[in-house]
Amino acid sequence: MTLRDDAVADVAGRTAAPAPSAARPPRGRLRTRLLGAQPLGALFALPYFVFVIAIFAYPLGFAIYIAFHDYFFTAPNVEVERPFVGFDNFITVLTDPRVLGSFRNTLIFLVINVPLTAVLSLVLAAALNTGIRWVSAYRVAFYVPYLTASVSLVGVWMLLFSGNGLINTILGPLAPDPSWLVNSGLAMPMIALYVTWKQLGFYILLYLAALQNVPKELYESAETDGAGAFSRFWNVTVPGVRNATTLVLILSIITGANLFTEPYLLTNGGGPDGASSTPVLLIYQLGIQQQNPDTAAAIGMILVILVGMLSLAANRATRER
Amino acid sequence: MKKKIRAAALLGAAALVVTGCSAGGGGGGEGSADSTGPIDIWLSNNEQEVAWGTAVVDAWNAEHPDEKVNAQEIPAGSSSEEAITAAITAGTAPCLVYNVAPAAVSGWVKQGGLVDLSTMEGGSDYITDRGGEVDSYATDGSFYQLPWKSNPVMVMYNKALFQAAGIDPEDPQMNTYDAFLEGSRAIVASGVQSAIWPAPTSEFYQPWFDFYPLYLAETDGTMLVEDGKSTFDSDAGSEVAEFWKTFYDEKLSPNEASTDDAMSAGTTAMQLAGPWAIPSYADTVDVGFMPVPTSDGRENPTTFADSKSVSMFTACENQGTAWEFLKFSTSVDSDGQLLEATGQMPMRTDLTGTYADYFDANPNYVAFAEQAEATADVPSIPNSVEAWQAFRDEYSASVIFGKESIDDFLKNAATKIDDLVAE
Repeated sequence: MTLRDDAVADVAGRTAAPAPSAARPPRGRLRTRLLGAQPLGALFALPYFVFVIAIFAYPLGFAIYIAFHDYFFTAPNVEVERPFVGFDNFITVLTDPRVLGSFRNTLIFLVINVPLTAVLSLVLAAALNTGIRWVSAYRVAFYVPYLTASVSLVGVWMLLFSGNGLINTILGPLAPDPSWLVNSGLAMPMIALYVTWKQLGFYILLYLAALQNVPKELYESAETDGAGAFSRFWNVTVPGVRNATTLVLILSIITGANLFTEPYLLTNGGGPDGASSTPVLLIYQLGIQQQNPDTAAAIGMILVILVGMLSLAANRATRER
Repeated sequence: MKKKIRAAALLGAAALVVTGCSAGGGGGGEGSADSTGPIDIWLSNNEQEVAWGTAVVDAWNAEHPDEKVNAQEIPAGSSSEEAITAAITAGTAPCLVYNVAPAAVSGWVKQGGLVDLSTMEGGSDYITDRGGEVDSYATDGSFYQLPWKSNPVMVMYNKALFQAAGIDPEDPQMNTYDAFLEGSRAIVASGVQSAIWPAPTSEFYQPWFDFYPLYLAETDGTMLVEDGKSTFDSDAGSEVAEFWKTFYDEKLSPNEASTDDAMSAGTTAMQLAGPWAIPSYADTVDVGFMPVPTSDGRENPTTFADSKSVSMFTACENQGTAWEFLKFSTSVDSDGQLLEATGQMPMRTDLTGTYADYFDANPNYVAFAEQAEATADVPSIPNSVEAWQAFRDEYSASVIFGKESIDDFLKNAATKIDDLVAE
């Protein structure tokens, strides 16, 4: 607790009326404990509480149940044995080279996408914030890919980067062989670049909002002290948007870990030869196509844990010391 | 801190209670074979099939006002099979689905989603009388599907591109592997981007349109798995794999997917396709058809049937009506209407004799009708989709992307599939 917090608490303590709860009957205390001082607030919060339980908590709990059982989907009137199997499903997926490969691919994606997203979006947001000409046009240009459906953008990228596409035509003999999207070494980096480009507009908006809270006086003061443009950016802007950076890192880690559409469409279902396969793509194949929801749920659990750990690490790394 | 622990414990307990309660499955009505009344059916979203289905339903409803049939297209999904799997799980499947892929049937049987048609009155007799040799469509000795129609896979080619490459479009003489390769090289040398362009993607069903038709032809109809054992780790399997690998190695076939319809765009001269392709390309490309090649160029080779079935679902309450409508919609008359409307081959014996007038008027389809006599399908095996996916993954690694040898591909895929079938 800071000195200022202590003072506020002290004032609050001195001015507070005698605790009403001491005089209340037990029933009132219970109601207050369950619903708070303003029960009406609980009523307002109820729809979201129900939403969280129905859409997040229940499926997550059910997925944990499935991951620890020999489970498959049946028609509603069919009763089957679904024995508890402990960690068998986890052992199955963790010894499957396809699953390990998909996590490795995701790591490649995150290593490229997350830093690139954070750096580019901050630099571009800072540039837009300096009042350059045609700011609105740039904002729209950055934001349009984010708004456009991935399906249509993927079509454009396929035309650009296919073997006979525009990029290879320009590159001529310098074009990679095999081409970009069917090259085991380039497929995942291409997806990482595509997602960085597509999502950039959203993260620029986050940074633009955060930049409005950085006091102008700090820039003026730094300039008076002789700081150049880079020094002002590094010593004023970057620390000033630290909270936004945490948010950008966590969101881009979560988005990257849940990658499905891009490898499914851009590299034809995780190709070439599984080089762009992702855990979520395998969850789809195993759980939906092959009717093995138990192993699919085990992959999902591992993914949730890893994403949680990475997000925690990102949060710690950007925390003010 | 204590509050947080209490809250977490409460949430965890609630989750366990909720999930525990859900584990046993819920209720759901199951109809009987005698019940009659209104039913729902799903049709594929193929325009011609929808037109056929609507006409057949109208004819039935006019005669059966108390047993109305309501037809709709299969709900949108990544594939029909996924939409049907979800409907079975949710208990919202209709009575009948037309256009069921045989590979998906074993999974739905395991789900308890399909009615055993053999238990309907005269069920097995009707199915075998209509279709002839259809034992391979049985699961554990019972028919959970009625083999409905086939799309025998043949080599479709662009006559103009053949002509430009110096190949006689009326008699290409490409029935052996050597001749097919020689013709393909001539096509690419003439400036066409690819000779033949099978989808090099990783979906489990893609082998049905590259490896499998040629394997069936090379082995006179030996299915991927027979008597619980994979069959393709053999000289024939190796020969077919080598044949396709040559196409990728020599860049006669691209290893990336086409960004548009390669036949229409003229970026390929050949595709493996069924009779559905005739109306599809009628306005854009002058196409011809020839049987799939074999190493020795044998006459009338067997090919992949690419058949579709009709299945009845356990969620159906009025199964009596569903069975009667199934027979009505697969009668000689209805099958004739299907042939007229779609060009797809009803799976019934003596096709050319039964619909002689149609084939006299539509000579383009005669080759497919004759080919329909020599087809084989996917085997009815446990974990069918998983087995085909395992096959595709190994095939892609070896034949399309050259990451492993063909011997390793055949051995690894056979081991995986044998394990899956034995489960």
